[in-house]
Amino acid sequence: MSHLDFAAVLVQWPALLRGALVTLLLTAIATAGGLVLGVACGWARAWGPKPLAAAVGVYVELIRNTPFIVQLFFVFFGLPSLGVKFTPEIASVLAMVINLGAYAAEIVRAGIEGTPRGQIEAARSLAMNEWQVFLRVVLPPALGRVWPAMVSQIVIVMLGSAVCGQIATAELSYQANLIQSRNFRAFEAFIVATAIYLLMSIGLRHGLNWAGRRFVFGR
Amino acid sequence: MQRRTLVIVAALCASALPAFAQTALDDVLARKQINIAIPTDFPPYGFVGTDMAPQGLDIDMARLIAAKLGVKVELVPVTSANRIPYLQTKKADLVISTLGKNAEREKVIDFTAAYSPFFQAVFAPKNVVVKGAGDLAGKTVGVTRGAIEDMELTKIAPPSADIKRFEDNNATVAAFVSGQVQVLATGASVAGNMIARNPALSVEYKFVLKDSPNFIGVAKGEDKLRLKVNQIIAEAKASGEIDRMATKWLGRPAGELPLQ
Repeated sequence: MSHLDFAAVLVQWPALLRGALVTLLLTAIATAGGLVLGVACGWARAWGPKPLAAAVGVYVELIRNTPFIVQLFFVFFGLPSLGVKFTPEIASVLAMVINLGAYAAEIVRAGIEGTPRGQIEAARSLAMNEWQVFLRVVLPPALGRVWPAMVSQIVIVMLGSAVCGQIATAELSYQANLIQSRNFRAFEAFIVATAIYLLMSIGLRHGLNWAGRRFVFGR
Repeated sequence: MQRRTLVIVAALCASALPAFAQTALDDVLARKQINIAIPTDFPPYGFVGTDMAPQGLDIDMARLIAAKLGVKVELVPVTSANRIPYLQTKKADLVISTLGKNAEREKVIDFTAAYSPFFQAVFAPKNVVVKGAGDLAGKTVGVTRGAIEDMELTKIAPPSADIKRFEDNNATVAAFVSGQVQVLATGASVAGNMIARNPALSVEYKFVLKDSPNFIGVAKGEDKLRLKVNQIIAEAKASGEIDRMATKWLGRPAGELPLQ
């Protein structure tokens, strides 16, 4: 290896920028989908009917105990044999939603189960129906309690999206790999990509902390 | 926080700084072991047999060179995408991994004489009409990122061709076999193996991308090691060893191989 040459990598900034945007877009969609799926599954496991809670339990354990890349390969390479074909981008988002949904379900469940009984009884005594009790009294403070854990999980999912490049989704690490396969500046390309991931993680964490207070559980 | 990040980055950079002296051959002889990067996803050049041990033409070549040097061989499995970084970071002394030669690669590593024949081509099912590069317009083409066929394809494919680049040959072939891409650009050996395993796809050869015999890669400036390996290759050619290997794994003798 000769001297470090960052110019050879930085001159490819449009590709890196496109990759970073794809990573952020994948993460944004996965976050929205994963949170909805997580809340639904968290409710099902904590409050839902027994058969549903058991089914969700199987899903959660299956996803949490297998590697993300296997889930991704299953969606992209496995499902076509059943006649279901996705583009690499759709397959990536789907795998990320399924993955985040399972982890988010357990995080949300922890929040729900930490709700004081008195609060629920008080809500019921005000003649709120079960949906109102869950959506207005239980869920917002539950999410508030577990939001830091949720934010960490979302950041993990964003960083995990680096493997989506393996199925030709043109996200950030794919672009870094493509650049280093063209100019063989592997070390420089990965340092630059790492710096971008670091900035995006810090930004995402701050953004989600703010968004949580503002939109999800704050008053 | 920022300062700490800077320190870490600086430490990483320092650890990547190279030793410039020509020491590879002496190092190999001193430790009585040579680390050779070989493929494990590229039959018949390098693949994992039923006994889980690597085998193939490249592995035979690696063993031959180690034997002639009188040292033990340590096989280091690599992919198309990471074999050159392995050489640059001295995780391998030699890369014997169906490595083709081109100008971009010659800027960062050196090459010995060629040791085996190879060519890259475009493949697709019979009912997909592809006569030349122009016919790739509007089609999805799978290729392994960073491989020679990726470079060639990128040069000649029309802009509307949708090139999907995968991490390694296994992923590229899996994407083609599962129908995620319509056309496959890969080496003849990978395609031959895939065609033999999937007769139902009725895949055929469409057009050649590049004739590119395989060379052995050595770190930039390691001339002592490179000349020693060249000498071993020349002797193996003279003794018929190179042709025997090609016949065993590729079904035909090596023929004329370039020295440069």
